[in-house]
This record gives sequence, structure tokens and C-alpha cells, in this order.
Amino acid sequence: MADLELRNLTKQFGETTILQDISLHVPDGSFTILLGPSGCGKSTVLRIIAGLEPQTEGQVFIGDRLVDGLSPKDRDIAMVFQHYALYPHLTVRENLAFGLKMRGEPRNVIEPRIEEAAQLLEIHSLLDRKPKDLSGGQRQRVAMGRAIVRQPKLFLFDEPLSNLDAKLRSSMRIELKRLHQRLGATMVYVTHDQVEAMTLGDTIVVMEGGRIRQVDPPGRIYSMPADPFVAGFIGAPPMNLLEGSLQHHGSHWILQTDSVAIAIPPVKGPTPIEPISHVALGIRPEDLRLEKSGEPATEIEVRVEAVEDLGSDLILHLSIGPHRLTMRTHPGRCPVEGTTIPLYLPHDKLHLFIDDRRADWA
Amino acid sequence: MTQPAIDLATTPQTGPRARARWLDRLQAWWMIAPALAFTLVFALYPVIESFLLSLQRVFLAVPSLGQQWVGLDNFRLLVQDPVVRQALGVTLGFVLLSTALEVALGLAIALVIHEQFRGRGWVRAAALIPWAIPTVVASQMWRYIFNDQYGFANLLLFGDEVARYVPWLASPGFAFVIIVLADVWKTSSFAGLLLLAGLQVIPHELYEAAKIDGATLWQRFWHITLPLLRPAILLALLFRTMDAFRVFDLVFVMTQGGPGDATQVLQFYGYKTLFTEGRMGYGAAISVLVFLTILSLSLVYIRAVGSRLLEREAR
Amino acid sequence: MTKRILLAIGVVGIVVGSLFPFIWFLLTSLMSQRDIEAVPPTWWPSGGLHFYRSALFDHQLTDYMLNSIVVAGSTTLVALAVGIPAAYALARLKLPGRSWIMGGLLCISMFPQIAIAGPVWQILERIGGLNTHWGLVLPYVTLTLPLAIWILASFFKELPTELEEAARVDGCGVWGALLRIMLPLAAPGIFTAAILIFVYAWNEFFFALLILTQPEQQTLPVGIALFQGEFTMPWGELAAASVLATLPLVLLVILFQRWIISGLSAGAVKG
Repeated sequence: MADLELRNLTKQFGETTILQDISLHVPDGSFTILLGPSGCGKSTVLRIIAGLEPQTEGQVFIGDRLVDGLSPKDRDIAMVFQHYALYPHLTVRENLAFGLKMRGEPRNVIEPRIEEAAQLLEIHSLLDRKPKDLSGGQRQRVAMGRAIVRQPKLFLFDEPLSNLDAKLRSSMRIELKRLHQRLGATMVYVTHDQVEAMTLGDTIVVMEGGRIRQVDPPGRIYSMPADPFVAGFIGAPPMNLLEGSLQHHGSHWILQTDSVAIAIPPVKGPTPIEPISHVALGIRPEDLRLEKSGEPATEIEVRVEAVEDLGSDLILHLSIGPHRLTMRTHPGRCPVEGTTIPLYLPHDKLHLFIDDRRADWA
Repeated sequence: MTQPAIDLATTPQTGPRARARWLDRLQAWWMIAPALAFTLVFALYPVIESFLLSLQRVFLAVPSLGQQWVGLDNFRLLVQDPVVRQALGVTLGFVLLSTALEVALGLAIALVIHEQFRGRGWVRAAALIPWAIPTVVASQMWRYIFNDQYGFANLLLFGDEVARYVPWLASPGFAFVIIVLADVWKTSSFAGLLLLAGLQVIPHELYEAAKIDGATLWQRFWHITLPLLRPAILLALLFRTMDAFRVFDLVFVMTQGGPGDATQVLQFYGYKTLFTEGRMGYGAAISVLVFLTILSLSLVYIRAVGSRLLEREAR
Repeated sequence: MTKRILLAIGVVGIVVGSLFPFIWFLLTSLMSQRDIEAVPPTWWPSGGLHFYRSALFDHQLTDYMLNSIVVAGSTTLVALAVGIPAAYALARLKLPGRSWIMGGLLCISMFPQIAIAGPVWQILERIGGLNTHWGLVLPYVTLTLPLAIWILASFFKELPTELEEAARVDGCGVWGALLRIMLPLAAPGIFTAAILIFVYAWNEFFFALLILTQPEQQTLPVGIALFQGEFTMPWGELAAASVLATLPLVLLVILFQRWIISGLSAGAVKG
């Protein structure tokens, strides 16, 4: 087991910058998720850690050892690939043994490790089959088994569940989590699926455009997104964001969009004399209220455009001027489409971003 | 840390990473080194050496004369040599005629073996037989078929009227046509395979859409198959042209260039000059002529198809 | 309906056209000398295997066959040994000038033999390769490499990159990944390349004629091209020899038709 440290990684491909100044510390035993939309560079980070691709600048340390220039085989890592990468001409047993055999481990070491992994993953009955005779889920287990038998310092996962159907994916998620708890190993896991990220990781690294946007535990990523991108990327339906400028009238703070002014609580810091532009106000769909309660809130008038009944939830599509808002609520009192209703924005649920950075309330 | 002496033009850097990348690249070069060595020694160097030889006078039979630089003398000789002019004409005629026939016949073969029907594998195998048969054997077969006494051609045409039997290969016109025929028989299926590969990438929906639009079989061939097959046809033409220029085995076995010089092709004349007469310099000049003719022709084709081929390669 | 008729005509045309000359030779090989010399020629053979015996033992066909097997076999092995790593490097590793090398190879496969024949002969004379089998294998390997590399590279390119990366993470170097993982997976491509190389080397005549001037070393094509009788052309023996020389190839075609077709069109219209 070991920790992992990335220092100022950049990656350029000709003129294109793929990664920009990535620094990250993954503590020993952590399950860290690299999360982001496709093309954000998360897989490149993983491949640089594995040594499958060289970085342009910066350093990678695995357990205090600088591994730059070392080939993948010398980094003491194991990797689970998106398409499993099981060797089609070898049986499951030979697939599991391959990495150990390459390292010259004797049979009496290899055999018990395979036994152990097979037991852990319940793939005992598959050991003598070829990969083509396995189902998707079984292949996935074998791919993980191949990583486990190696007992590496670091596990790397490259979207390992993206080829499974939804049902299997959720059961494999639980198993992965259990596996991490049992092995206590350091794992770095790349995905674009926020549900996977939220449920599996103890730390989530949100990436976009080749940069790290936020590094935090899942709960904090959700409740305290560091910037509008993270706010919009995490959560389904995504957070409502209203863009405009921040103004201070008398004792009131106002977010002024093109056509709407919304009263908001006071903002920390000196009172601005000029309006501050490039401001976004955010609120999650489930935090909107149809009824006034005791806590301080802003009331706005919205028009109900459409109602989607999901059974467990009600999704309301609302509009205020040209802006669209999405609300999630429990079924019960259902507003009528086409009517105008009051809507309450509780102040303690509002997120404010100034210049793409999270701002605090006073 | 030793600094590798290598130019990493895009991202100049040092340290272990640069070294690792350098080692990777070195390994790649090691892997192609033997192939490159073969190619350099037995293909590239000989071509260059042929050019140099063509500027010298070398007689294999009289080694005491040594190698003498004679400038363009050999080429002056070449221009005046009536046999060369004749051979160039015969070769070009052979290339044009055989290539055109082969690609046309190859297209027909490709269309047939592209269809789904029972026993298609056997038909495909049958079409491959002429390709697989050694050219020398094919030459002997056709020579036998057109034999004046025992040949199948005479039997077929004249039955038992032995008096009318034609000595085909002794007639200049017939000999040329028979060589073309033998070449067409031997290599049409190869052209057909190149075209088959082209047919296989034409999406089936196009034909279904055309059927719904009311296109007849002929219209579908003319408006869908032919235009979409154009790159494959050009490629087949390229391959066949290059190969037809190298015709040797057929001529050697069937006619030895005769009767007269009716089937004297360049490669055969060059062979005779080089190795029967031992005139290395003059033979080299002929080989340079063959090489340059092929090169210029292939450049014309490569402008049409080759650049696309290379681009695909680069991806 | 028209389509079916056209197809039927096409099928009959292909089968008859392709096979008829060979079958005529096959019939001739089974004739007796009297059948052959009959005027007008007869159709049906009555000679049994007489010509085969004569070809094999009076005309040294066994020697020619043995020589061909040695030459074609070693050409295949050497060309694969040299071509496989090269194709892998060209298909998978980052090599500058990759497309130039591939294009250059294509050009070399189109060289007229005559353009290199003289200097190749001189090289072989200098290193004592004339009238030896290895002296013939050297140019054969050179001339088959382009095709072999094109076929193999197109096969390597289609194998998933992940497998190779997995192998490298599992502890293989570049060679390890090639030999242990990629090679078994590219087996069909290697097999295809092997067939095509073998057929080339089995059939090649120009260089064989040039380099092997002594009958003991000569290969089948040279033997068949220079086939001579004492007084008249021994057509029966020649036909028998031709059939024997062709038989292995006919077998290859029947057994591996699919591989050969995919191999010959590899790189032609892919992508």
C-alpha cells in the first residue's frame, strides 16, 4: 500500500493542452474518484500514473518514489480497463496468473493468490473458461481479480463499469466498495458517472478542461460546489443557475439578470459600490419550496411550464422571465400547468458564485 | 544521469522521462531494423547501383576491361537501338491491353463472388486457382493449348482437319495475343479480389434504397456500384499496371521474345542483355528505362489514389 | 430474374474459365504418349501414372520439389521473423515517418526485378551466394517483406490497444507484449501472410533462374521452364510435373480461400 502524489502535471499534444498543472495527493488507503465529462483529461491522468503515457511536465510519486521514466511494469500498479482487456487466448486462471508469472513468482506463490482472489470474487467455477465464454459481469470480476492477485501498491480503474447494464452496474458498485474496505488498498478510479463517484469514493476529484475543479469528499462536493461547473455537473436534475450581476441597493442585495431582479441575503466582504458582474446564483431543484416556512426565503413568481410525474418524485419545469428553473418535489400538491404560482428560495440553500468562484454569505 | 543525444524537437526536455521515451523509440527502431536492412541492401542499394552501372561499360565475359565510366553513352545507344524501341512498344501494348482486360474481367468476377449463393466458397476457390498456379506452369499450359500439333485450340477450332492446324506461337500477331490471353487468365482473379474488397465496403442499404426508388439492376450497377468502386478500380489498375510491366516468365517460357521480336518485352530484353550477353552497363541502362517508366506511371496513379492511401496509413 | 441468370452465367464462366486449362493439363498428364501424339488429339487419357513416374525419377522432379520446399519454407520463416516485429512497430509504436516507411515498402513491392537484378547478382557473387539456396532466400525475403508487413500491420492495428497496455501493466516489456499477447491474437494474420509468402517463393522464377544455374539447386519453376526431352518436347512428363508443382497450391487455395482473399485485399480498401 502506498500513497500517490502528482505534482504540477501538464500534458501537451502538439499545440493542444490536455492537462494543466494537475497537483493531487491521494492518501494511503483512499478510494479517490476522478470525475468529469468526457475529454476532461481524467483518463490521461490515470494513464500517466500507470506510465502508459508520458507527461509533458511534472512528477508522479507512488509511495514517495519518483516513478517518472519507469515503464508500467516497474511501477507496481494494477489497472482495470474499460473493456476489461482479458487476454482472449488464455483461460481465466492463466489471465489471473499472467502478471505474477511475468514477475517470475513461483507456482507456490501464484496458486494460493489465485485461490484467494477467486474466493473473494466468487469466480471459482470460471477458472478454466476462456474470456469469450463469460458474461459481462463475470469478465468484470476476472479483470478485478487480475488486479487483486498482484497485490500492487496502487489500483487504477478506467471506467470499469461503463460497459455493464444498469442493474449489474449497481451491484458491482456495492461489491467494489466492499472490496476496497476488505483490501484497504489505495485506489484511483476514473468515471464520468456521478452516481458511481458519489457512492464509491471517499474523495472526488472533479475535472474539467484539463484542470482540477474541486477535490473534496462526496458530501461536500454536493453541498459546497466550488464553482458553477461543479455545481451544474453534480446532481440530477442539475442545479439551477441564474447569471447576472450583484448589486447593492440601500440595505438590499440583489441579483440582477437581464430581466429579473432577485433579492438575496447579504454577501460577505466589503459592500460594492459598482455592480459586480459575472455572478451566478444557484439553487438545487430539491431545495426550492412551494410553501413559505419559518426560515428566511425569497419569494418569486414563476409560471408552471410542465409537470413530470416520476411516481416517487414530481419534476416541475418553471420559468421566470426568460429563465428556466427545475424543481423536484414530492407528489402531493401538484400545481396546474400554465398557472403562475409563488416560489420560495430558502436563503440557507442558495449558492453564490462570483467570477466562477464560490462566495460566502455574510 | 546521462543525457541522451537525441533531438526531441517538439518538447525539449531532459531527465528520466526523456530517456524513457528515447528508449521506447529506440526499441521501435530495433524492431524494424532488420526489415530496413533487407530493404536497403537488396532493394534500395541495387536500384542506385543500377543507375551507376548504366553510366559505365562493363562486360562480364571480359573482366580484364574493368569498369569504365562512359557517361551517357549507354543511353545514347539505347535511343538508337531498334530492339529497345520495339520492346518498349510491345511492353506498352501488352500493359495497356492486359490491364484493361484484367480489370474489366476482374470486375465481373468480383460482382459474381460478392453475391450470396450456395457453394460460393468453392467458386471463390476456383477463381483463385489461376492466381495460385506458378506463372511458369501457366505458361507451359497455354503453350501446350496453342501447340501446333497437339494443342487444344486447334482441336477445338478445326477438329480433325489437320491440314488447317495453325502454328499459333510462330505467328507474330497470334503470339502477342496469346501472351496477353495467358496473362489475363492468370491475373484477372487478383484484380477481382482487390475489387471485391471495394464492393464489400459499399453499404447494403444503398442498394435497398435504390430498389425502393425503382432503379433497375443495370441502373444500380451504373449509379451506385461503379462510382463507389472508383478508388478500388484505380487501385486495381495501379497494381496490375505495375505488375504487367514486369512480365517475364510468360515470354521466357512461351516465345523467348519471338517470333522475330514480336513478344520482346523490356524486362526480357534487359535480362538477355545483362545475363546472356553479359553487358552489365547497357543492361543496367535498359533496367533504368524500365524503372523510370514504371516510376512515372505510378506517380500518375499515386496522385489519384496513393495519397489517400498514405493518409489512411498515417491515421 | 435477370440477376439470377447473369449470376449463373458468371459462376459457370468463372469455374470453367479458371479450371479448364489446368484440367486439360491434368488430362494430358494421365495420357499415354500415343494419346498425346494422336492426330487429331484425343480427349480421354489412358496412360495411368506413367508420366508421373517418369517425371519424378527421370527428370529429377523430386530434387526440384525438395529445393522448392527448402527455399519457400525458409523464405516464409525468415520473412515472418523479420516482418512481424517491423509490422508491430509500424502499427503500434510511435515511429516518426511511419507513413513514409509504409509508402516506401509499397513502392519496393512494385520494383521491376530487372531494376535490381544486376547489382543483386553482383552482391551475391561477392558473398558467395550464387547457386545457393540462402542466396535466393535473401532477395525473396526482401521482395515479400512489403506484402507481409502490410498484412500484419493491418491485423495488429485491429487488435485492442487495451490488451497491450494490460500486458505492460502486468509486467511485459515491448517484446513481451508482442510475443505473449499480440502474437497469439494476430495468428490468423500471420497465417495469411505465411501462405502468401510461401506462394510467392514457390512460384518465383526470375531470380531463381538468375541465381541458380546448376540443376541440383534449381527450384520447380526453373525446372519446369527449362524442361527438355532428348528429341521432342516431353509434354506428358511436363504436364505431370506441372500438376505436381501446382497441387500444394491448389490445396492451399481450397483449404484457406478465405484467409488468402482477406490477405490479398488487406490494406487495399480497408478503413
